[in-house]
Amino acid sequence: MEQKQDSPSGGGLSHSAAEAIAALGIFAIGVVMMVDNYKIGAGWASDGPESGYFPLRIGVILCLASLVILFRSLFGKQRERGIFVTWQKLKPVLLVLLPTAVYVLAIKFLGIYVASALFVAAFMRVMDKSSWWKILLVSIGVNALLFWMFEMQFSVPLPKGPLEALFGY
Amino acid sequence: MDELNALFQGFAIALTWYNIGMMVIGIVLGIVIGVLPGLGGPNGVAILLPLTFTMSPTSAIIMLSCIYWGSLFAGAITSVLFNIPGETHSVATTFDGYPLAQQGRAGEALTASFTGSFFGALVAVLLITFLAPMVAKFALKFGPPEFFAVFLLTFCSFVGTGKDPFKTIISMMLGFGLAAVGMDSVSGELRMTFGWSELLRGIDFLIVVIGLFGLGEILLSMEDGLAFEGKSAKINLRVVLDTWKQLPRYWLTLIRSAAIGCWMGITPGGATAASFMGYGIAKRFSPNGDKFGTGQLEGVIAPETAAHASGTAALLPMLALGIPGSATAAVLLGGLMVWGLQPGPLLFIEQKEFVWGLIASMYLSNIAGLIIVLSTVPLFAAILRIPFAIIAPIIIVVCAIGAYTVHSAMLDIWLMLLFGIVGYVLKKLDYPLAPLVLALVLGDRTEAAFRQSMMGSRGGLGVFWSNWLVGTITTLALLMLLWPVLAFAWRKLRQLLSGAGAGLQP
Repeated sequence: MEQKQDSPSGGGLSHSAAEAIAALGIFAIGVVMMVDNYKIGAGWASDGPESGYFPLRIGVILCLASLVILFRSLFGKQRERGIFVTWQKLKPVLLVLLPTAVYVLAIKFLGIYVASALFVAAFMRVMDKSSWWKILLVSIGVNALLFWMFEMQFSVPLPKGPLEALFGY
Repeated sequence: MDELNALFQGFAIALTWYNIGMMVIGIVLGIVIGVLPGLGGPNGVAILLPLTFTMSPTSAIIMLSCIYWGSLFAGAITSVLFNIPGETHSVATTFDGYPLAQQGRAGEALTASFTGSFFGALVAVLLITFLAPMVAKFALKFGPPEFFAVFLLTFCSFVGTGKDPFKTIISMMLGFGLAAVGMDSVSGELRMTFGWSELLRGIDFLIVVIGLFGLGEILLSMEDGLAFEGKSAKINLRVVLDTWKQLPRYWLTLIRSAAIGCWMGITPGGATAASFMGYGIAKRFSPNGDKFGTGQLEGVIAPETAAHASGTAALLPMLALGIPGSATAAVLLGGLMVWGLQPGPLLFIEQKEFVWGLIASMYLSNIAGLIIVLSTVPLFAAILRIPFAIIAPIIIVVCAIGAYTVHSAMLDIWLMLLFGIVGYVLKKLDYPLAPLVLALVLGDRTEAAFRQSMMGSRGGLGVFWSNWLVGTITTLALLMLLWPVLAFAWRKLRQLLSGAGAGLQP
């Protein structure tokens, strides 16, 4: 475990900061749960607990537990003094995450097969720097296989886009 | 005996060509899944679950449990060859497995671990065969308070035996919260949907699992810029036979680890804890204990046997009581519920074919799994040499497809993305994910049991101590919950006493 504590702007996000932020987020979720369930009634109806009874108490426990974590992360003796994630490590993660988000968006407009082909192709180009024919082979090949598997064999409809419409699917 | 009779009938069902085919496909898929990051146990089962909706439940669950099996076996492959645990329960296997590979003895290590796994799983299945019906019969006497008490016990023991009780509690509560979103099954009211009609049907556990365990793990592995550089493994018949000749020497380890695994599987401890415990105890009691970590065959046998025994034994409470002992068992449970099968004591009475077909198939798939996995190791090791840049997007595509096929809803893919991020963050912060999945799958039933108990008792919590059975279970549950506190107090007490003793010494 690293003993030096980098400032967040230099190396990355410190562990205790990340813990605290997460704990706050969880606390917020707990509050939302409590409020929403209180609205629909969380007491005793004539025949038993109301709808919100159980979830409200779950929310309460959530808030209490997250407060404990929050205090521990800020003031605890045993808190981790290392780095949660350095910018260096975060970059590849974001490099996967953001394209994935774009991919999911693309599914809606292009259909899943075309979007997947583009996604795989983009990855191979950027990260693996493969040659074009390899990219085409894998991205189209894999997606053609998936198309065959899901559309024809399993008869499971997946979102399709304009390209497939051209072919009459 | 009754059980043997039923078991043989089960074999008759399991031994159709179709089911055997499903078994083989399942095992192969399971190994592929177990070997690739991001597609491990719970996730793999979750993705393939919707695809099996068109099959008969018996065949489907046979295939799914074989996938589970395959992934259990496969965790050892990456642990030994690449020093990367394929599953969390294979971490302990890397301790002695990878050194063995480095010494060129990978074949031995793999054979030993597969055989140990086989043995562990066999013991667990035998246990299931004879114990499950008894447990099921016993559980027929359970009413809502008893069921709730058992659920409580399950959750409390996760808290008690987990690394960090507060994070375990948070995980669980998040799971419960997610389970509550949507329409309330008892009253029909909408909860926490915030006006989004799409959330009417709630958040499906499959989506959460695919996001948390699938996408989350890929994101996590991106941090170290994954490069798979593994040792090669030569497994041929001679290596296998040679290793098998050595194995009987470790009979005590095998039995001990299997016992540990069974116990940890039945009580919700999980395969991961079982493997570490098996390793630790073997290290303590073995004549070669101090050489563990440098490439002792025993150091590979112990964790693998325990992990497999536990992974299999987790199916016992799932079948007999409807309580899964692990995240993957939870997903399987969810699948059963989707098919309209209610796991629990009634399953043994109303769906005898199904249950015994499944149990019989466990024996068969264990044997088939061992054979298949021994013969295909080089093939799967080769898969890992495909550049990550190609595998990662394909895995993500498969996850997205998996998420979509559950309800044919675009929203689910977005949810998967969200839970992928959540999974990444939670894993980094050391929040255990299994309690979340368990709470998500069991949340509705736990709540229903609670409310029914409350309705029966008209609001008194005393119903949970109303008879000796419920009272015992509830008390046990609270004990487990407070275990960390008790252990802490005990430690402090001993420190105090020893400090006072030292002070009194002249």
